[in-house]
Amino acid sequence: MKHHLRYSYLFASAAVAVIMASTPVDARVDGDTITLGSAISFSGKYSTNGVHASNGYNLAVKMINAAGGVMVGGKSYKLKIKYYDDESTPLRTAQLGERLIKQDKIQFLLGPYSSATTKAMAPITEKYNIPMVEAEGAARSLFTQGYKNLFAVLSTSEQYLAPVIDVAAAIAKKAGKDPSKIKVAMAFENDPFSLDVRAGVVTAAKKYGMNIVIDDKLPRDLSDMSSTLTKVRALKPDVLVVSGHSKGAATAARQIKELKINVPMIAMTHCEAAKVIKKFGASTNGFLCPTQWGETLSYKDKLFGSAAEYDKLFKSTYDGYKNVPYQAAQASAAVMVWKAAFEKANSFNVDKVRAALASTDMKTFYGAIKFSKAGNNIAKPMVLRQIQNGNLKIVAPLKWASDSVQHPRMVGK
Amino acid sequence: MDNISLLVQTAPVLNFQLLLDGLLIGAIFALAGYGLALVWGVMNVKNLAQGDFVMMGGYIAWFMTSFGIHPFVGLPIAIVLMFGFGWAMYLLIIRHVIGRDLFTSLLATFGLALVIQQLLNLAFGPEVQVVESGFKIRSALDGMLTVADIKLVALLLAAVLAIMIVLFMKRSRMGQAIRATAQDPRAARVMGIDTENVYAFTYALNAAICGAAGVLISMIWVIQPFFGISYSIRAFVIVTAAGLGNLPGVILAGLGLGVVEQYGGFILGAELQQFTVLAMLLLVLIWRQLEQKRHRQALQ
Repeated sequence: MKHHLRYSYLFASAAVAVIMASTPVDARVDGDTITLGSAISFSGKYSTNGVHASNGYNLAVKMINAAGGVMVGGKSYKLKIKYYDDESTPLRTAQLGERLIKQDKIQFLLGPYSSATTKAMAPITEKYNIPMVEAEGAARSLFTQGYKNLFAVLSTSEQYLAPVIDVAAAIAKKAGKDPSKIKVAMAFENDPFSLDVRAGVVTAAKKYGMNIVIDDKLPRDLSDMSSTLTKVRALKPDVLVVSGHSKGAATAARQIKELKINVPMIAMTHCEAAKVIKKFGASTNGFLCPTQWGETLSYKDKLFGSAAEYDKLFKSTYDGYKNVPYQAAQASAAVMVWKAAFEKANSFNVDKVRAALASTDMKTFYGAIKFSKAGNNIAKPMVLRQIQNGNLKIVAPLKWASDSVQHPRMVGK
Repeated sequence: MDNISLLVQTAPVLNFQLLLDGLLIGAIFALAGYGLALVWGVMNVKNLAQGDFVMMGGYIAWFMTSFGIHPFVGLPIAIVLMFGFGWAMYLLIIRHVIGRDLFTSLLATFGLALVIQQLLNLAFGPEVQVVESGFKIRSALDGMLTVADIKLVALLLAAVLAIMIVLFMKRSRMGQAIRATAQDPRAARVMGIDTENVYAFTYALNAAICGAAGVLISMIWVIQPFFGISYSIRAFVIVTAAGLGNLPGVILAGLGLGVVEQYGGFILGAELQQFTVLAMLLLVLIWRQLEQKRHRQALQ
């Protein structure tokens, strides 16, 4: 009898499992709801930014739905996002990508957070020919594989610090000096992102014939770069550029302060993420920090209004934000791209929607969006901000700049 | 090559900077190294979680600064907390691997290291953190030489801690018991020493020493949940070079490692700074091997 009972339990649970598996939990368009899918990092090392990005996605969904949803074929559809936690591991992202597409039957994807996880996801979307709009993977190598289903709203990583070289050259020219006399010191982490950033800087420096006097690679687990900075002190370069994620920025800022490095122009990625202003105060004055987006830019759209209005809305929607991270802003922009593409295609046919995505040409609070053949956004420049008296002020590109560059940087005590 | 000529011709004064930086940071490495020598020598446990204890100490200091507690006040608190943590880990894990073969203790402590990393990551997030000591930075020779006061203070504190440990090992009953157990656990037990207690104390003491090193590191470099491994490696290099139960050797090896790292970073680039540590380990092992061969020949 006991045996029978156990078998019947087994049978029942197996039957339930079969039924569960055979009914699609989420179809791509179910009634009046369009479901987008994303495997993003809610835990693990990317979790902080993963949450920022998902907040950005959610805010845009909320705003679009409140403003009447997506109009296709004269009918209004609501947007919804199905999330999975990829635990910050690319392997998991790829598995969840398969799951979203095959099990959940989702046909429109939003990207994960980080270049590494996006790199894992892109081949999956390519395999099933499902388009993905991503907002958080900037590595150059994402756009050299000939992917047809990858659309990225952000600027690629080789553009992060290249504008610094342009600014340095412009300043030299203005002072009647030859830009080719400029000495550049570089310290880049040996990871795909920073090497992209490095490639952009090297190309720009070559363009002006500048002299690269230091070209150091930083390790992944960087906690000391004083030997590189000691070299900087000896060679007295005109420009120092550093890229190594938050740890690079934190280590560089700490040791630039400690070794009293007085290079007239210092630029680094991730100043904000590393909170260098708060941690190292006036010693960070004059640092140039690239960003994808800033709330003081004069970009605008109909949904969110200006960049400043987005900033306000975001802060009032989510608790605990003193500054709105650009990771959130670009995530919102990605959802806007989906809406525009559905409406332009006026259909949910994947091929038609993909074609509409490819021909995207729109202005948003996050900047203009227009995709190249490779899928990267070619309409939005990278923005440079400078730390001036403890505040980040936009100094380049000139068209949207709110302040002018302080050069040489004023080093506080 | 350019970098070498920079040191020799252009700016010889930089040698002072590298030496100074190396010696000051090396003192902290020596602390973690001594802790490992203790555990290794007394318990024959190769503690792979050494660096993660260092990170824990750093995070304790960092956590307390967020309540406005200065890291120097945090230092004794970190020592006490880490001592307690070390004791608990002994009872929970290490107790069961003493006397087992090499791999059991390596695996167990490696597992412990992973758990600590992930817990730190969950609790404090993956961002790099720094602790500000608020000390001044001195410069000399027209700004070509700078020394942060915190590094000098850290050197002093490391020295004080080392002296305290030496006195403790020489004078106190527990210190004598630890040394006796290290020499011969069975004999120590026969003489009435509670070796179980000695082991627990030793492991806890090591955690406390690492915690202190972590507090100092957090004020000089940066801390991150996954940065512990590099300190574990350094500790292993130091102990391998110095041998067990050789405190002057540990200190010398620690200082030397600090200097070699700075020169390695300067000449080969920051990326290979860690590589120089591993290269040192390799050289030390080869040298030890040769030395042993000589001994064997002498015996024959």
